[in-house]
Amino acid sequence: MHSNRYCNRIIVLPFSVLLEIRVKPDNSGVVTDGVKHSMNPFCEIAVEEAVKLKEKKLIKEVVAVSCGPQQSQETIRTALAMGADRGIHVEVAGKDYETLGPLQVSKIMAALAKKEDAQLIILGKQAIDDDCNQTGQMTAALLDWPQGTFASEVSLDGDKVKVVREIDGGLETIKISTPAVLTADLRLNTPRYATLPNIMKAKKKKIANVKPADLGVDLTSRLEVLKVEEPPQRQAGVKVETVEDLVGKLKETGRI
Amino acid sequence: ITDFCAGGCCGRQTVREQHGKDESVHRCRPPDVVVFPRCVEEVSALAKLCHRHQLPIIPFGTGTGLEGGVGAVKGGVCFSLRNMDQILDLHPEDFDVTVEPGVTRKALNSYLRETGLWFPVDPGADASLCGMAATSASGTNAVRYGTMRENVMNLEVVLADGSVIHTAGRNRRPRKTAAGYNLTNLFVGSEGTLGIITKTTLRLYGVPEEMVSAVCSFSSVQAAVDSTVQILQAGVPIARIEFLDEVMIDACNKFSSLSYPVSPTLFLEFHGSERSLEEQVNTTEDITQSNGGSDFQWARDAETRNRLWKARHDAWYAALAMRPGCKAYATDVCVPLSRLPHIIVETKEDLIESRLTGHIVGHVGDGNFHCLMVMDPSDQDELHRVHLFSQRLARRALAMDGTCTGEHGVGLGKRSLLCEEVGPSVIRVMQSLKDAIDPNNLMNPGKILL
Repeated sequence: MHSNRYCNRIIVLPFSVLLEIRVKPDNSGVVTDGVKHSMNPFCEIAVEEAVKLKEKKLIKEVVAVSCGPQQSQETIRTALAMGADRGIHVEVAGKDYETLGPLQVSKIMAALAKKEDAQLIILGKQAIDDDCNQTGQMTAALLDWPQGTFASEVSLDGDKVKVVREIDGGLETIKISTPAVLTADLRLNTPRYATLPNIMKAKKKKIANVKPADLGVDLTSRLEVLKVEEPPQRQAGVKVETVEDLVGKLKETGRI
Repeated sequence: ITDFCAGGCCGRQTVREQHGKDESVHRCRPPDVVVFPRCVEEVSALAKLCHRHQLPIIPFGTGTGLEGGVGAVKGGVCFSLRNMDQILDLHPEDFDVTVEPGVTRKALNSYLRETGLWFPVDPGADASLCGMAATSASGTNAVRYGTMRENVMNLEVVLADGSVIHTAGRNRRPRKTAAGYNLTNLFVGSEGTLGIITKTTLRLYGVPEEMVSAVCSFSSVQAAVDSTVQILQAGVPIARIEFLDEVMIDACNKFSSLSYPVSPTLFLEFHGSERSLEEQVNTTEDITQSNGGSDFQWARDAETRNRLWKARHDAWYAALAMRPGCKAYATDVCVPLSRLPHIIVETKEDLIESRLTGHIVGHVGDGNFHCLMVMDPSDQDELHRVHLFSQRLARRALAMDGTCTGEHGVGLGKRSLLCEEVGPSVIRVMQSLKDAIDPNNLMNPGKILL
């Protein structure tokens, strides 16, 4: 008889990203005060996938985890409104938050995965503000779990997961055992809009507060940001009257 | 003008031509210059300037109108408001938000995603919300959520002399009011002839818990429309109820690779909690079946529902695809529900007699339908027949206690029909309002009133 073990628990990691990027005047980073935050689009897709798996009754519980200051709770609430069952807010604020990067987050995720006895971790493939694309992979490495990254299709089959991955040359299909880490790519699904009744119900769902120290995680960053600068201003173009002028100008600027 | 408009002003021919036409069949009538104000103070300063020099003022949102409303028939200054694109003052607990003219309906709904709220008025185009207020727009959801008339709570308007008013009072947004003349709804539908709308405060709704759509075919137009009337009489709070005749369904099948039966069809959508949906659907199915309707084809999840409605929204393109190289024109009459079968049947007979290609699609829940006509722009005779047909259709609707325009507006082409519709004494009242608010006829001259 072939065993059909239920996947019990999925953890998703929705991150909030800045909606508008402006470099700080002292070139030490980007402005975060007062800038509107929103759930990272790839994380929305990850949450949607987890909720879909629960609706298909393939998993029992979806836990949404976010690391950051107080406002991360809003991102967790959005995930709860989309259908996650409960949330965990890992409090990271001030200086620690400024230097919080994929390595620190993946250490936190690894600790939580063990504590919560999760079978699947689903994250967005990358955050659209820093574009690191590292957290999923690092988490899998720390846990020594298989990883299915850039997923455009996920299906559970007993205690294995079939993942179709988007790669440069096309699509690659792999089968990995659980527990596993997946990262969501654009075409995995179309995230639902949170409905008003579900937002109201989400207010009653629990969000637990945890500190990184409670999980035994050291947040010290191994990176130091030296400088952040905007790309150079685009120079105005020059209009020319004839083809000869064009060729002349190209030669003048050493292009040909 | 450049001194008053840091946002820019442009006299180049291409830009002027872009701002002299919309998506109607009316030819381009470019303004003399286009300005791009960035705030209401600039709009007011520019309006004062135009007023001093007696220059016509034409407000421009997204240029997606269907009645030639932006044509500068007397030249003048086009105020392109697209740089004023802020979403201001969202109050989720009060279900209201204020937007500037550069904000389109899809941009607003995208912004509102995480609040669980949406703005349901959905005309075909991704139009400017202030533009939608100016033309009293409507969409497929009107049967349940209303048109712009029911959903605009306040407007900030710049008048022809540059003065700025808030039709319901500055910052006011009570859900109802009995205070004074209803100026807000005077400006809704005024098509730029009374003032420039620079802000609109809109009524929002909660995104429904569940949505489900269905398609049902009938053997006759009568059966489809009878079902519509009975569904509404049964008190089903149906969200969308759209009718497509067999010509339209055939075009949609071909364009979107579908295989719906080629006969009069209803596309339905229900919104609510899971339990209420069950009740709505059962009541509706009983009704359609008693009228000989087919079994429902269902769409529950978002992707399938979107595909179903895309087929309906692509009707314009589907009609065009039936005769490549041609242009399309949509009529827009609206009649009391009980007269709908009669007018549709007569209209279809007229189409055949006039040898025209016409597809009927409409918001039957409101008694409003569009005849999408496809015509060869080089065939003068066909163009003439289309024109006469539309006039006959409008008069048919008027004879049935209806209106010559359910949602597109009067613009350039329906001014005489408006006279027939409301009569000379009402036209006199409308003209005196216009004369009181814009005595020099600078605001979008040549529209609505002759």
